[in-house]
Amino acid sequence: MNIVVPVKLVPDLVEELTVDASGSALDTAWLRLIINEFDDHAIEQAILLKEQSGGQVVVVSPNAEGVEDMLFTASAKGADQLIKLNGDFEDGVNNHGLARALATLLRDLQPDLILTGVQAHNDLDGSLGPLLAQYLEMPYVGYVSGVTADSGKVVARKEYPGGLIAEMEVTLPAVLGIQAAEQPPRYVAISKVRQAMKTAAIDEQEAATLDPSGGPTVSRMYQPEATEQATMISGSEDEIAARIIDIFKESGVL
Amino acid sequence: MNQDILVVIEHLRGQVSDISYTMLAAGRELAQSTGGSVVAVLLGHNSQNLAGDLAADRVLYVDHPALADFTPEAYQKTLAGLIGENQPRAVLLGHTTIGMDVASGLSAQLGLPLVSSGRSFTADGKFISQICGGKIMAEGDLPGPTALVTMVPGGYKPEQGQSTQPPQLTEASAPALEGLRVALKQYIEPEVSDVDIAREQLLVAVGRGIQNQDNLSLAEELAEAMGGVVCASRPVVDQGWLPTSRLVGKSGKTVKPKVFLAMGISGAPEHVEAITGSDVIIAINTDPAAPIFNVAKYGTTADLFDLVPALTDQIRQAKSG
Ligand SMILES: Cc1cc2nc3c(=O)[nH]c(=O)nc-3n(C[C@H](O)[C@H](O)[C@H](O)COP(=O)(O)OP(=O)(O)OC[C@H]3O[C@@H](n4cnc5c(N)ncnc54)[C@H](O)[C@@H]3O)c2cc1C
Repeated sequence: MNIVVPVKLVPDLVEELTVDASGSALDTAWLRLIINEFDDHAIEQAILLKEQSGGQVVVVSPNAEGVEDMLFTASAKGADQLIKLNGDFEDGVNNHGLARALATLLRDLQPDLILTGVQAHNDLDGSLGPLLAQYLEMPYVGYVSGVTADSGKVVARKEYPGGLIAEMEVTLPAVLGIQAAEQPPRYVAISKVRQAMKTAAIDEQEAATLDPSGGPTVSRMYQPEATEQATMISGSEDEIAARIIDIFKESGVL
Repeated sequence: MNQDILVVIEHLRGQVSDISYTMLAAGRELAQSTGGSVVAVLLGHNSQNLAGDLAADRVLYVDHPALADFTPEAYQKTLAGLIGENQPRAVLLGHTTIGMDVASGLSAQLGLPLVSSGRSFTADGKFISQICGGKIMAEGDLPGPTALVTMVPGGYKPEQGQSTQPPQLTEASAPALEGLRVALKQYIEPEVSDVDIAREQLLVAVGRGIQNQDNLSLAEELAEAMGGVVCASRPVVDQGWLPTSRLVGKSGKTVKPKVFLAMGISGAPEHVEAITGSDVIIAINTDPAAPIFNVAKYGTTADLFDLVPALTDQIRQAKSG
């Protein structure tokens, strides 16, 4: 099975996020980018499928700071082909624009299955997977946390709240939005990534002019105001612990 | 084009989901700024009865065996037809397992703009979305001619979207639903577990800040000292450190304990939506900007690895003393 995994980098939420001078976008100057965690799960799911039923895994990503490291890491995990999509991505690109650009490339790759993260935390115009599916005229199922390959079909385990699972049979070629791989994304040692940097090659492809139509325009971006800002407890560990115990007592759980 | 707001009602195995009522409330707010009506769209099979308490001006109902349970393709086909015929000002869908499976496809298929993670609308009809794990809000004009919006909970109370008066119901016909490429095979019930976190009064919740499985014992010892139960955010469960039955959040359980003690949890919207029913939330998080502090009653930026052992010690001492 020929599996393609489109992935993207997103701001690391561990870092402080600030709004730029325009007041309508994130300040990208200091943003640290990391792989969208659901894309990381999509890579893992693709490699698991390959290990179970053969085939090859192609990982493709739009160019951004850190994309090579991310692609080489995917290679060290077991991806067979790496593609970097060059284009006008410096100021970011919405999902509609990215999906159109990727659709052209993906048509040529003729995948049986496209796995991508079900969403990214900075999405504001839907998610990449179902847009790709529509542009490529493939079916889509999202919130998937397990995939089994069958001939010409896959069975996707779709998650509903509370742990309920719906098994969906999907005719290939298809796009699945991955919420979680069947097992946590594997860890690869830095030495293996270094090795991949020497042995694996990154194909570079050029995206056509981006067409972001279909997404909204943001006029104001800001940090949320707290509805109930927490009363902060400070002091030594023992003092904080003592205060928390008082709160437990006041709440009747101790 | 008209000024109506279509609200796509979500239901799962015979029950209307809370997000549907939340969206009806949001739709009402939006309809006030556009001057249109709130039209609930209900797809199903023998599901008319689900329309009874929807606070809508009318309900458009489509009945078809292929719509008995949600599948993305059948839903998208049906909705594409309805949106094309009705040409409303906006269509609200859940930012959920159901809505998010069809919203983007509809946007691409119909060439209509889409706004996701919508939380509320302003009085003059602007959208407000919550992104970046709850750390950023984005506001803008509702795009036209018809805006598709996927809605997260939190901006409106579900009760605002419920009515005691059954709305007027009109049937619309389904498109041809043959040759579908997605089929529901079966449901798999969640595993049953010894504890039901939805019923516990004292929850010790751990997040990714706990770093590894061995450190879970810190939370377990604290919970044991206090007579509480350990639960977790999604990354902890995805790592396999705790079973799914302990998952709190959008894809797990909604909890309402007397005390919810969150340690190393950032407070992403998918987590927060399931804990706001707690009487008291106490958050331990080293990041002063963590969104969890926006919903917690008490917070501390102490390091959990220092604080939690101290807390456990003091409780043990208090109990033995
Ligand atoms: C469709 C969908 C459904 C989802 N469903 C759920 C769900 O049901 N439940 C859920 O929880 N998530 C769910 N998520 C995931 C959610 O978006 C977040 O990714 C997740 O909640 C983050 O978990 P976290 O807070 O544990 O981790 P992080 O966001 O990584 O936060 C870790 C926190 O720990 C803090 N920390 C680190 N070290 C320390 C220390 N030593 N002491 C104190 N604090 C420390 C950090 O400051 C940080 O704030 C869902 C996502 C999607 C897309």
